[in-house]
Amino acid sequence: MPADVHVVYEDVRKSYDGSTWVVHGLDLEVRRGEFLTLLGPSGSGKTTCLMMLAGFEAATEGTIRIDGESVQDLPPDKRGIGVVFQNYALFPHMSVAGNLAFPLEVRGMGPAERAERVERALRLVRLEGMEARRPGQLSGGQQQRVAIARALVFEPELVLMDEPLGALDRRLREEMQYEIRRIQRELGVTVVYVTHDQQEAMVLSDRVAVFNEGRIEQIDPPEVLYEEPERAFVARFIGENNLVHGTVLALHDGFCDVDVGGVAVRAACIAPLKVGEPTTMAIRPERVGVGGPPDRFANEFEATVDDITFLGDHLRVSLSIGEIKDFVAKIPNVTGQGGVLEGDRVRLGWAALNCRALEAAPQVPTSQ
Amino acid sequence: MKLASDRTARKLRAGGLALPLVAFVFLSFLAPLGNLLTRSVHEPVVADALPETLRALEGKWSGGLPPEAAFDAIARELPAARETRQIGPTATRVNRRESGMRSVIVKTARRIARFESRAEAGEPWRRLLPEIDEAWERPESWQAIRAAGERFTDRHYLNAVDLDRDASGDVVRQPAERRIYVSLFLRTLAVSLGVTVLCLLIGYPLAHLIANASASTSRMLLLLVLVPFWTSLLVRTTAWIVLLQQQGAVNDLLVWIGLVADDARLSMIYNMTGTFVAMTHVLLPFMVLPLYSVMRSIPKVHMDAAASLGAKPTQAFLRVYWPQSLPGVAAGSLLVFILSIGYYITPALVGGQSGQLISNMIAHHMQTSLNWGLAAALGGVLLLAVLALYLIYDRLVGIDKLRLG
Repeated sequence: MPADVHVVYEDVRKSYDGSTWVVHGLDLEVRRGEFLTLLGPSGSGKTTCLMMLAGFEAATEGTIRIDGESVQDLPPDKRGIGVVFQNYALFPHMSVAGNLAFPLEVRGMGPAERAERVERALRLVRLEGMEARRPGQLSGGQQQRVAIARALVFEPELVLMDEPLGALDRRLREEMQYEIRRIQRELGVTVVYVTHDQQEAMVLSDRVAVFNEGRIEQIDPPEVLYEEPERAFVARFIGENNLVHGTVLALHDGFCDVDVGGVAVRAACIAPLKVGEPTTMAIRPERVGVGGPPDRFANEFEATVDDITFLGDHLRVSLSIGEIKDFVAKIPNVTGQGGVLEGDRVRLGWAALNCRALEAAPQVPTSQ
Repeated sequence: MKLASDRTARKLRAGGLALPLVAFVFLSFLAPLGNLLTRSVHEPVVADALPETLRALEGKWSGGLPPEAAFDAIARELPAARETRQIGPTATRVNRRESGMRSVIVKTARRIARFESRAEAGEPWRRLLPEIDEAWERPESWQAIRAAGERFTDRHYLNAVDLDRDASGDVVRQPAERRIYVSLFLRTLAVSLGVTVLCLLIGYPLAHLIANASASTSRMLLLLVLVPFWTSLLVRTTAWIVLLQQQGAVNDLLVWIGLVADDARLSMIYNMTGTFVAMTHVLLPFMVLPLYSVMRSIPKVHMDAAASLGAKPTQAFLRVYWPQSLPGVAAGSLLVFILSIGYYITPALVGGQSGQLISNMIAHHMQTSLNWGLAAALGGVLLLAVLALYLIYDRLVGIDKLRLG
């Protein structure tokens, strides 16, 4: 096993009722010092995975190893993992300093060293001078900082965070994302982070594991997830995508021709597709060219503009291409108006490389 | 100006709505309490019935007996008291100071008419009264009247703590065979404390179980706690008689198992054991409910958090869970303790002789001996004890920590 692997999940399964799997045969490696985010909708099993690693839940089958050692029989208090909980879980009857000193105290550390560590941890999260406050006297953001400081004060090598920013408002959340990233880089700890917010995952992570129904759909750095989704679920979940359903007509050399309601679309063939099979294609709205000279793209169509939304830096245009409704294109706002009006007939197109033919997904609305 | 008067009117109207409650609390609680506490120090019966006698008894007596004016006065006042039906209460109160005086006074009041003619003929009452009853020759009788004639008295309070005043007015301890209240108070405190501790020992894990069980289990357990609560106290208490008596279910079971010989059945009722068992059972909901309501508000994730921070389960409990459950412990303990300190019916039913508490004695003085003054004084001492404990509690735990639900 390579030295830089910190945590390993080996075919881990979890069931609460003995009949349905919440987590199906999960294999996952967490590298030392990396920021890994488990991203997925609620109920996708990501929190369960985190709780199994923390030791609050036992895996029904499979093994979890930390530094190569199975933690199957290790109770949570012996794992030495820092955990930041969704609602902070600060102890309301202790001061900020009391909360931070707690993990040191139960480890039998002397008062002088304790005080020094507490002070250092507070400086790390920029809460100097708040020692005597009670958690109830702090704002949400401050409580979050205390919770992070408490999870770090005993210098764990592994820190788990379960949607720690869920309760904060948008502005504060962005500020805290930056703080968490800074602290993680500064200390070099391994962080496993759970969220359902894909933007948060993009900002924070070295790698993101996208969860769906107890399985990992894809695990990659954020930019790869965005640019090269390998599964229709990922294409839908990360950023905005136009999902177009069709049937494979022909395969040639990494590309395929797909029949969509009588129209042939050329796409990059990502899933192992065969001729005659259904497929779902993902096209990013910003990769769609609207107007301009003809024959720029492998795929070019006539479309009707149904709706235009002005979003400042770009226009979001909703179009119909024949049978395909609600096809979205983003036009950068460089000319002021974008040159289109509702009801216009426009020429639109995209490159075959920017159109990824994936496995057939259930037909649900594209925007999530 | 208009605005201010509007607001005042609105406040008055709102206050008016609370008025019936205020009146109810006053009439049904504060007024009787005040009345009773007054009775414990104010006893005007003898002073009202025999004012001149008492005046004549003031000052120094020569030869151990009061001056002749006292004999004359009491000869006038006793028949008058008989007319106004005050003779019974008067005699009772004098009797409490000197036993035997009840019959002396009642007899004298009844027979005094027969001696009127001799008195008019010039014979002094000083000689006539001892002819009716020789008790009038004894200084103790007169001292008893003088003592009973004090309008305001600390005697009931002294008696309530096994003290009394001797002939010269000094505070002394009661003779050994009459010292019963202090030990009864102590027993009451001990039993209350014991019941509180038992309720806590049983109630804490139970409340924890209910607070952390799944919704349906928790509802069912809560119902099990509450159903006895809805049953008549009398039924619950007598149920224990059925269970614990010598021929009862528990003894039968023990004999059947062979743990206890048939001729050595345990006596678990009509004694202290019975009082403890039945009171703990009856008061348990008062411990469980506040505990449950506090425990339910402690996030379960706190124990996980403590574990993730390296605390062993016992450490996590002692440092994280217990301190947060303290308001419930405090509320439950205070409720159970205060309820049990004044508990009456259960000890009366299952306590037998050794399981009686101070409130049973108060009831005795209210209903049987009709010494309301002493009953009120005992109640007053009890109230003081509770207030003192409350203050100590406030010091130690802080009353703001209390949460009743």
